[in-house]
Amino acid sequence: VLDFGILFPSVLNGLTTGAVYALIALGLTLIYGVLHIINFAHGAALMVALYAVYLLKAHLGLDPYLALPLLVPGMFALGYALQGVVINRASHGKDENILLVTLGLAIVLENLALMFFKSDTRTIETAYTLTTVQIPSPFGAGPAFIALPKLVAFAGALVASAVLLGVVYRTDLGRAIRAVAKEKQGARLVGIDVDHVYAMSFGIGLACVGAAACFLLPAYYVNPQVGSGFVLVAFTIVVLGGMGSFSGALLGGLLVGVVESLCGLLLGDSLGQIGIFAIFIAVLLLRPQGLFGARA
Amino acid sequence: MNNMKRDVFQIAAFTAAVMALTAMLSSSVWLTFIMLALYGALLAQAWNILGGYGGQFSFGHALFFGVGAYAQVIAQVTYGINAWVALALSIAAAALIGLGTGALTFRYGLKGSYFALVTLAFAEVFRIGAVSVGFTGGGVGMMLPLAESLANLQFGSRKGYIALMLAFVAAAALVTAWLRHSRFGAGLMAVRDNEDAASAVGVDPQRAKRGAITLSAAFMGAAGAFYVQVFQYIDPAIAFGPHVSVEALVAAIVGGMGTLWGPVLGAVALHTLADLTRNLFGQLPGLNMVIYGGVLVLIVMFMPRGLAGLLTTMQPARAPPSRASSPSDAAPARGAESDRG
Repeated sequence: VLDFGILFPSVLNGLTTGAVYALIALGLTLIYGVLHIINFAHGAALMVALYAVYLLKAHLGLDPYLALPLLVPGMFALGYALQGVVINRASHGKDENILLVTLGLAIVLENLALMFFKSDTRTIETAYTLTTVQIPSPFGAGPAFIALPKLVAFAGALVASAVLLGVVYRTDLGRAIRAVAKEKQGARLVGIDVDHVYAMSFGIGLACVGAAACFLLPAYYVNPQVGSGFVLVAFTIVVLGGMGSFSGALLGGLLVGVVESLCGLLLGDSLGQIGIFAIFIAVLLLRPQGLFGARA
Repeated sequence: MNNMKRDVFQIAAFTAAVMALTAMLSSSVWLTFIMLALYGALLAQAWNILGGYGGQFSFGHALFFGVGAYAQVIAQVTYGINAWVALALSIAAAALIGLGTGALTFRYGLKGSYFALVTLAFAEVFRIGAVSVGFTGGGVGMMLPLAESLANLQFGSRKGYIALMLAFVAAAALVTAWLRHSRFGAGLMAVRDNEDAASAVGVDPQRAKRGAITLSAAFMGAAGAFYVQVFQYIDPAIAFGPHVSVEALVAAIVGGMGTLWGPVLGAVALHTLADLTRNLFGQLPGLNMVIYGGVLVLIVMFMPRGLAGLLTTMQPARAPPSRASSPSDAAPARGAESDRG
């Protein structure tokens, strides 16, 4: 089983999945890692975005990749509204309240989807769904075949992550977000509208999820429960990457994708995710600053 | 101890009232309602011991529920053990798992959102494990053969289950009352409100939290065993999936954390709400849960102390110690650093 010719495609597949995980987790890094909003509705937001991509394709024939310019601002607006109108008001400044409100939102969103779409699992057909790309293997083993949508997802997730990093580190908004994360009171004193920054961050976090949905759906599916599988994975990556570290989350996402893929290969498909959660528990217990986190 | 006497009196009165009500009813719809409300109350009471009195927000209480449920069915089906003995074993197994996870997570100082996430992760590991290993029957789940008799803990009438459930709800209420008026409970609440201050005055926070999670898990295990006896089937998603964890914590919080009757009140209110919406909009799957989630958001928004909080505001003399209510603005250091002590 440990033959390189089998491991290589598995690692590649893991990297492509991991890039999408990373994009979802980058959104959560902004929301949870930086601003400490424990967003249990992150997976439900992904589910909403996937349905949006699905509906655009099924009813308007819009290609999932071309849906990006709609999904990113759309999810941003949803995030801004959720944080500004619901979460901020309900939190009363307490962590546990935020936990509960986002949980309530997740329940509402998932069951609205169940109401409108029933529990059927839906997929979309595109011209490139079944296209595979041959990737030559190093060390003389046979080439690996990767589905084209997965490669696009990999590249797209990396580009989107780069854009997000640019926003956080190169713009005034990014500076304001980092300032609020470090010292909320001080940020307010120098004239930053803290509530606005929180809502912007939540919006950007969900915009990442919107982008991830566009890259994910051509090689994936959607049903009302689809998001719940991503919630704990995303939290795992945020903690693994070291709470609030964007490059850490990117690396962590790729690592988690590879771990899942290899565990699935070695232990059987159903056990693929157990490796992720075992790592998560171990990291939480032994190295809560994360694998790549600098803060002790 | 006067207050303890009053709590015990209330519990006795509640038990007698439910028993009298059950004896008068014969409609299976109402008996099922009482049974499921009591079941929900037990889940919420179990969660409340750790979450309400210990301040540790578990998002993975299904872990203990699932261990209890699987222990109950495996002991009977695989090993042919008597159902009552199996019930004791289930409670013990769940308590043991509670002690184990508690010892591990509290030893490493996990608090707040970290604790919530790690409990969720433990439940997921057990869920995936239960799908994958042989002795749990894998993803297909396990059936408990129907054999109605008192010895098998299977009753022809709902009334038998109600009596059993009521006994556990009363026991959980007695444990809660004990927490409210004992030295151990005072230590636990002190840890909840301020761990550093509590340990400064000589409370061992680890011991207090370990005790709370063990008690909490034991009652969760009983609820799991009860689930198997009533529905005669369990699978990994029911046992360890997020649904049970959410049901437990939502009822406790809606009712009022850290109060004696809050969890019972919350469970009854939520079951009433769920039944009403199911009867009114039954043809629309999901709508009842949309309302359920919406109510949760509204309660947190407008009644942060739950239904029981409404009652105690009318009687300010009995106001329970409020949870550390520092708004995050007043304590800017609250966050990742303070999540881990």
